[in-house]
Amino acid sequence: MANDTLRVEKFPVGIASVGLSEIERRIPADEPPPLPVNSALQVIGRPVHRQDARAKVTGAVRYTVDVKLPGMLHARVLRSPLPNARVQSIDAATAARQPGVRAVLSIAPKDAILRYVGAPVAAIAASTPAAADAALRLIRVDYAPLPFVVDPDAARRPDAALVYQPGEQPSLAVAEIPVASDLPLIGNVRGPDTQGSRGDIAQGFAQAEVTIEGEYRTQTQTHCCMEPHAIVADWRADGLTVWISTQFTAGVRHELAQSFGLKLSQVRVKVAAMGGGFGSKSQLGPYGRYAVMLSRQAQAPVRLVFDREEEQLDSGNRPATWQHLRIGARRDGSLTAISLVEYGTAGVGVSAGVGNFAQTLYACPNFAAAQHDVFINAGRGSAMRGPGNTPGAFAMEQAIDELADKLGLDPLALRDRIDPSPVRREERRLGAQRVAWDRRHKPGADAGRIKRGLGVAQSLWGANIYTNASCEVRVMRDGSVAVLSSVQDLGTGIGTILAQVVAEELGLQPEDITLHIGDTDFPAGPPSHGSRTTASMTPPARTAAWKVKQLLFRQVAPTLEVAPEQLTASNGRIAVRNDPSRGMTFRAAAAGLRTDQISVTEARRDDYGGFRRRMGDAAVAQTDIGGVQFAAVAVDTETGAIRVERVVAVQDCGRPMNPKLLESQVQGGVLMGISYALLEQRIIDRNTGHVMNANLEQYKLVGPREAPPIEVVLLENYQGQSATDAYGIAEPANIATAPAIANAVFNATGVRLRTLPMTQAVVLAALGTLPQRT
Amino acid sequence: MSELGHASSVSRRSFLGGAGVAAGGVVLLGEARLAGAADEPEIVGPGSVAITLTVNGRAREVRVEPQVTLAEVLRGPLDLTGTKIGCDRGACSACTVWLDGAPVASCMLLAIDVGTRAVTTIEGLAQGDTLHPVQVAFIEHDAMQCGYCTPGMVMSCAALLQRTPQPTPEDIHTAISGHLCRCGSYPHILEAMQAASAARKA
Repeated sequence: MANDTLRVEKFPVGIASVGLSEIERRIPADEPPPLPVNSALQVIGRPVHRQDARAKVTGAVRYTVDVKLPGMLHARVLRSPLPNARVQSIDAATAARQPGVRAVLSIAPKDAILRYVGAPVAAIAASTPAAADAALRLIRVDYAPLPFVVDPDAARRPDAALVYQPGEQPSLAVAEIPVASDLPLIGNVRGPDTQGSRGDIAQGFAQAEVTIEGEYRTQTQTHCCMEPHAIVADWRADGLTVWISTQFTAGVRHELAQSFGLKLSQVRVKVAAMGGGFGSKSQLGPYGRYAVMLSRQAQAPVRLVFDREEEQLDSGNRPATWQHLRIGARRDGSLTAISLVEYGTAGVGVSAGVGNFAQTLYACPNFAAAQHDVFINAGRGSAMRGPGNTPGAFAMEQAIDELADKLGLDPLALRDRIDPSPVRREERRLGAQRVAWDRRHKPGADAGRIKRGLGVAQSLWGANIYTNASCEVRVMRDGSVAVLSSVQDLGTGIGTILAQVVAEELGLQPEDITLHIGDTDFPAGPPSHGSRTTASMTPPARTAAWKVKQLLFRQVAPTLEVAPEQLTASNGRIAVRNDPSRGMTFRAAAAGLRTDQISVTEARRDDYGGFRRRMGDAAVAQTDIGGVQFAAVAVDTETGAIRVERVVAVQDCGRPMNPKLLESQVQGGVLMGISYALLEQRIIDRNTGHVMNANLEQYKLVGPREAPPIEVVLLENYQGQSATDAYGIAEPANIATAPAIANAVFNATGVRLRTLPMTQAVVLAALGTLPQRT
Repeated sequence: MSELGHASSVSRRSFLGGAGVAAGGVVLLGEARLAGAADEPEIVGPGSVAITLTVNGRAREVRVEPQVTLAEVLRGPLDLTGTKIGCDRGACSACTVWLDGAPVASCMLLAIDVGTRAVTTIEGLAQGDTLHPVQVAFIEHDAMQCGYCTPGMVMSCAALLQRTPQPTPEDIHTAISGHLCRCGSYPHILEAMQAASAARKA
């Protein structure tokens, strides 16, 4: 079917709780008809159970760490014990001769510079993990220690030890985040990146009647996926098969083909179940290459699984930031100028910027940014749930709260004036109602030791899409239906959502649909980063299902003695639209197929209204994804402990596909935000360069006791942009939490906390009980 | 040893501390009770030893190195991969199994130290095709996302219902304290557990 002709259709648009209208869109002639609003649907928008839930609660589901192959070897990586060192000599001969050792890989040869504790030096594959570990200890490395710096403030000083010598350059490759390539590097500081600046900042501040400014610090956070980074590589003469805990099977296939000179058709990448991915599993990663090289060398499958220390040292992290934010406004609240100076550190890597949050959230004619990467001798940063925007929001949303306080305006009323988004306006209204915002007291009004407060903050995230995202839908002669794609399910439930979409179109139930996903032998899916999976995958799934239904109708129509256009599929039956008594079960219809299966593969098409911008296969929709979160806290002014007592998260994701799965993900985003706000922090000893808490005992994650009730309110926001009109939720749900808590702490105590995590020591210092820490 | 609930003098921690990291070293087991062995000091290793574990009601004979944990034996030779290793240091509880009905971190217990105690893993919780009420409630309330911590969570939650059929939210939080879920499923786990205990009452 050609799609170069267009037809006009009317789509529902608007926010359901505000009021819906219609919009005419010109769409490709072979697109399915507009999907009605959720209340008119049978399966989409319903709280369907996740399909693999039974397998997950019985332990039957297999993750990469569970993969076992005949003759599989176990790999371990030798890592640098020093924060900065040159390899003077390395001798692995003895190690290579140990019993069970099958392959030795030199990663850092003589004269290589190892820039952080945990930097990979060599790897060994052996018949057992114990044999690999024993052999690793016999590799003799002579390290020449070099001066190092691990403190971001110290690294900015002119006399600081250099992470990169003049002429050396860090790798600019960071998944998901665009990196400016031509910035100057002076000492350990790369920048300034002034991207996004607009207007005349000096004039903007001259026009300001009120100015506020503040310095904010955010910490290094690690991903802590419960399933570590893991790969099993099986190199064979006729091709390479890899099982990997990944957020992007199709991307890993590309990387493998490129790295090892293979054709895409010779590489197969698989992930059955995936034990969590929050940004650090988007790429093959160096460790993935080691496993493949070891497998090629040993002519046997090789399993490489990080231990928890490796996870903390060398699997990526959310960069720490120092931000100076200055905002000018008129007395009515309208913004005249925003100036952001930022120094962030992604260890030896780049892209520690705070995104486009301050630049784009509010209407303001004048904006100036100067963002910098500060190199330190620590593991490389990477994208992590809402990269840039999460630390950016901590500063910006507190600054807006502070401005409201200074102007004597309610923080919601100020946002009503400066935030152009109708989505967030409705979210503020719904959330304010839910938390009884009108009963919020003045800052620090509680008498006594425990002080309570209520705070709000907003999130902004691009509605990301990947157009190189395909999906096949098959109807088999026994009436079974399968969905096939390489798309991976990180725990978000995308498989279940695809089953819902296909079931809706074919008049079946989600459990009737068999899922074949997470395997590049199927049509290539998108990366699951940038909250783009649902937006990228559900439209092609629906289009493919709709088209395969037309094929089925054509074969059934003669039996029912009607034209195919007269048929509908609902409630497990194919029937004549105006005479439902004339029909047959879906199964009976499929039994009449001339072949064992009929099948259609479709790829993600452009949004009907066009994209805001496109970068290769990636694109951004016209509208953003907005969210507003409200936090209620209790601050113990004697111990400094902050307790989050309640969170209300009002979120937009276009059309909600499955409210149960969405609620899970939003609660997860909020909890990761609470964890970021109060607990998590990678700590490096300035004297030795070692991470002091490279484990899960002293690196504190939020646990069940710190989890407050989290109420999730989902907007139903229709825009008529695609066959499903659905967008993602993972990252938007994480961005607003920490500033909402900080603003609630201000409301409780009258004191503003500008440092993450807001530990008891930070709280007591801010309250004046303890001296400020330096 | 409080996490193991018995009196053996050898834990993985003291073992690793005492024996250092020299693989294959000679281990003095103290009072550790081996299957069929008398309660007297015995030298085990170097090299593998034969032990019999009672897992999900079946006697399973395996040869293990003395330094191998119960989690490793379950996941390796016994192929019961439902038990997950998250931190391998007793900090995340993903590896939780039952020892004589009590939840323990199987990554903190040497396999040779299990003795005759009955091991129950996530694979042994359902009665045939009939899921445990906690498993049913976890499905109903979507008390999971990636699912990696789920087997451990389910084992601790099921043990709680076994000993406290009508738990308070505080009981539930206590039971799963020490379990880490990076996806943030705690609110739905609480919901699921309240539903599971209400279903029992009805």
